[in-house]
Order: sequence, then C-alpha cells, then structure tokens
Amino acid sequence: MPPVLELREVSKAFPNHRAVDRVSLALERGGFYSLLGPSGCGKTTTLRMIGGFEEPTGGEILLNGRDVTRLKPWQRDVSTVFQNYALFPHLSALRNIEFGLREHGRPDTTKRALEALELVRLGAKRDSLPAQLSGGEKQRVALARSLVLEPQLLLLDEPLAALDPQLRKQMRAELKAMQRQTGITFLFVTHDQEEALSLSDQVAVMNGGRIEQTGTPEDLYLRPATRFVAGFLGEMNWFGGVGVRPESTRISGSGPGLPGTVESLLFLGNCLHVHVRLADGGHAVAETPRDGQRFAEGEAVWLSWDAAGELRFE
Amino acid sequence: MRSTWRNHGAAIYAACALAFLHAPLAILILFSFNASRFTVWEGFSLRWYRVALEDPQLAEGLLNSLVIAGVSGVLSTVIGTLAAYAMWRRGARVLSGMLYLSLVTPEIVTGVSLLALFEGAFRFLQLRLGLHTVIIAHVAFSIAYVTIVISARLRSYDRTLEEAAMDLGASEWGAFARVTLPNLAPGIAAAGLLALVVSFDDYVITSLVAGVDSQTLPMVIYAMARRGVSPVVNAVSAFIVVAFGVVILLSERLQRR
Repeated sequence: MPPVLELREVSKAFPNHRAVDRVSLALERGGFYSLLGPSGCGKTTTLRMIGGFEEPTGGEILLNGRDVTRLKPWQRDVSTVFQNYALFPHLSALRNIEFGLREHGRPDTTKRALEALELVRLGAKRDSLPAQLSGGEKQRVALARSLVLEPQLLLLDEPLAALDPQLRKQMRAELKAMQRQTGITFLFVTHDQEEALSLSDQVAVMNGGRIEQTGTPEDLYLRPATRFVAGFLGEMNWFGGVGVRPESTRISGSGPGLPGTVESLLFLGNCLHVHVRLADGGHAVAETPRDGQRFAEGEAVWLSWDAAGELRFE
Repeated sequence: MRSTWRNHGAAIYAACALAFLHAPLAILILFSFNASRFTVWEGFSLRWYRVALEDPQLAEGLLNSLVIAGVSGVLSTVIGTLAAYAMWRRGARVLSGMLYLSLVTPEIVTGVSLLALFEGAFRFLQLRLGLHTVIIAHVAFSIAYVTIVISARLRSYDRTLEEAAMDLGASEWGAFARVTLPNLAPGIAAAGLLALVVSFDDYVITSLVAGVDSQTLPMVIYAMARRGVSPVVNAVSAFIVVAFGVVILLSERLQRR
C-alpha cells in the first residue's frame, strides 16, 4: 500500500526567497506526524502546498500514490484545521460542521454533523455562533468540521497556539485521543518542540526550508543528526565540538571537570536547573535532583560528563 | 462650575450648528403644510400635497426617478461588489486610487464626458438620449460609491474563511457564494441603498444625458422652482427629505452590523 502522503523533492520559491527547498517526506496511514521548526522555516508553506493553497514550484505531492500536485483544495481528500480556526461567522456550530458534508453531497448531513459535535462534546452548543464560543470550543468545532469528512489526511496548522497554556495541555491530550479513535493520519505543524515530542509518532524537523531530520521523538532527542536538531529539541550544552544534555551533565563542588561559577538556579518542580558561567566564557546548564546537593549563586563548580552522554556532529 | 459652563457652551454651539444645517429643511417642511400660496402662515393644510399628487409631471418624474434609481442601483451594486471583490483578491491598489478620482471629479465634467460618449456612440447606433442613457450614466458614477463601501468591508474580512470553504469541498465560486457573500450581505445592502440615494439625488449629470421623455423628479422640481417658489415644490421636497432620511438611517444601521 502506498503511503498516505508522499512529498518528492517539493520546493516553493517566492520571488525573493526559497521558502521550501526540496522537501521529501512519506507518511504511513494512521500515524501522528509533526512538522517542527522555528517560525519562517517553511513548515506552514509545506502544509499549505499539501492542502492545495499554494502551488509548488518544483517536485510532486502524492496522496495515496496519486499525483495531486496541481489539484485545487476542493479536489483533494485532505482537510485543514487552521490556526485561527476559520469558522464561518454566519453559521452555527452545527451548520459549520455540516458545510463540508453538504459541499460533498453526502447524505444525512445533520445526523452526521450532530455525531461529530457529540464526539467533541459540544452537543449543547449546536446552535451557537462562533462568536459565542470560547477559544477551546472553536478549536473543537474546527476539528469536528474537518474530521466529519473522514479525510485521508488531517492537516493542523499550529492549532493550539492561540489557546492559553492550561487549555493547550488539555487539548493536546484530546487531539491525541481523537487521532487514535478515528485512525485518521494527522500532520501537525508546530514550533513548540514539547508539543511535537509529546504528541507524535514521527517528527520531521525543518530549518531554512529543508528537513533536517525525520524520526521518532526518541530518535531525535537521543540521536540528533545535526547541531540544529540537537539545539532545537531540548537544551544542549556545547563543550568544544561536543554536545551534552543538561541531564547528562554532572555538577560538583570540586574538580576534576570544567570550572565555572553558578549564575542562577531555576526550580522546575521535578528538578533543578543550575545555569553555569564557564571559566572560558561559555554557558552551560546542569540538571540536578530536587533533593540533591544545593548550590548557591556565585559558587565555584566543576562540570563533567560521561562519554556515553556525548553527541558529536560533523 | 466652570465645566458646567463649558458643557453649556458646547451644547449651544452644537445647537447652532444643527440649526444652521437643518433650519432650511425645517422651514421647508413647515411651509409645505401652509394653507397660503405665499410665505405667510395662514393655517395648516394638506392642500399642496393633494396638488402634488395630482400633478402628472411630478408623477411621471417620480416614476422615472424610481425606475432609474432601482435599475441603476441593482446594476451598480452587482458590478461594484464584484469589482471590490476582484480588487481584494488581487490586492489592486492602483484601481482603488482611480475610484477616488472618479468620486472627486466634478459632476459637470462627468456629465459632459458621458454626453460626448453617448453622442459618439449614437453616430453608429440608432439610439437617442432617454431613460437608458440616464441609467448608464448613473451606473457609471454609482459603481465608485458601491465599490468603496464594499472594499471597506472586505478590509476586515478574513481571507482564510474562503480557504476553509475550499478546503471543505467548495469551489472558488461556492466559497464566494456561500461564505463570502453572506458575510458581506449587510455591507452590500448598505451600498445598494447608498447607490439608490445618489441616483435619486443626481441633477447635474442627469440633466445633461436625459432625453425629453425622461425627466426625473429633481429635474421637474427644478423647472417648477425656476418659475417661482411654489408650495407644491415644498410639499414634494418635504416628502423626499423624509423618505431619504429613512433610507440613510437604514443604510447606517446596516453598515454598522
């Protein structure tokens, strides 16, 4: 069976810059995938090309093995959850969800739309206009509006960015549950590494219009292929050309090791991050247990690590 | 204490400004109910309204004006809305500059140039001046008003709504018809009423391009007023003022929605 989505060397060049540069990607059916990268890395443009809102300047996009590169958005079996939700302001929650069903000429539109509304637990809000819904509710209507069409692929463009942190964590869990429940392939675009790592089966890290690395969250975190990936996912200390994660960095009040002074202490709840100014002017972070040895600001410390914790890049 | 005086001052100033604006209209409405033919109050009467209603010229003018305003209002609303939409889709700035140019062009210039155009065209077509030329002229100048009102509305319209519609299976036309159009409806209605009013109101351009059989109400009133201030003119004018007031209020309401 061909992958649900395959990108072959897809590029998008704008008059003065190359937003996406020969991106290749294959998504297996039923997975939760993320495109992760800083703003301006080309992830949203990539998503818009898959949705049909931008035409690639090079390469091919295949959906279930079929070339859809030049097809219009309404001709492809994918659906997008937009960052601002893009709910139709003149239609009720129920009518918003019915919209796609009607456009596709499916039967039983109201019944199906109601089921979708129940799926996101908004049955009571069926007649509310978008302006009367909270951010989280709008988000769920947008999700239901796309899911009710049972697309081959659901595209999510930073759907949690506009929510407050508490709600964001809750919606994250709901998204994951929804994906597992429906079995629809999700492609999630985000700049939040924590979001991408916690949600995805596979993550593609983008930078400067190119994919730096694709892999499971564990792969990316433990075996980053490039310096960029190592630095973007989680914190990283750079000792010479070698990268060491804060949790692999040991700190002690005596040598041997790299000398430095404690700059600040950050209490993170489950652990403590000690920020150290190194004698050579560099900066490093060591993670220590909450109930471990205490350090004071300005104290002289030494950092060390095992060879097993080292990450090397060309 | 001082602030009270300042408030009083502002209120008096506002009252004076309003009086300056509207006193002539108030007097006109008042004298339209005057029993006398002259500007001396003799008593309340609906006499002039009866005379106005029975005047065949006024009736014909009113009918012409309504037909012209109705047809040109609908045409210019459709054309102007589509023009504004196309400019919004393409981000055409030069065109919107040209719209304002057509708003500030003196009416007499517009009228003379339209007349020249019609005369030129009539050399090839077997046509003369009439209702149709007035309608074409009114459509020509109303489009600018409609396009500007709709453009203002579109400036705050979220482009991703159309993308979402297409994403859910609507074609470009479907997205426009079923998502953009309903969201623009109050603006379109307001623009349509505005087009109606500017068409009904116009004298200068109309008088240049109208034929002998297409006298509009303002033209009839003007001709009557030139023969001396007739109370019939007062009655008709008072009626127009009230009707227009209602339409403008309605249009304002719709624009605010």
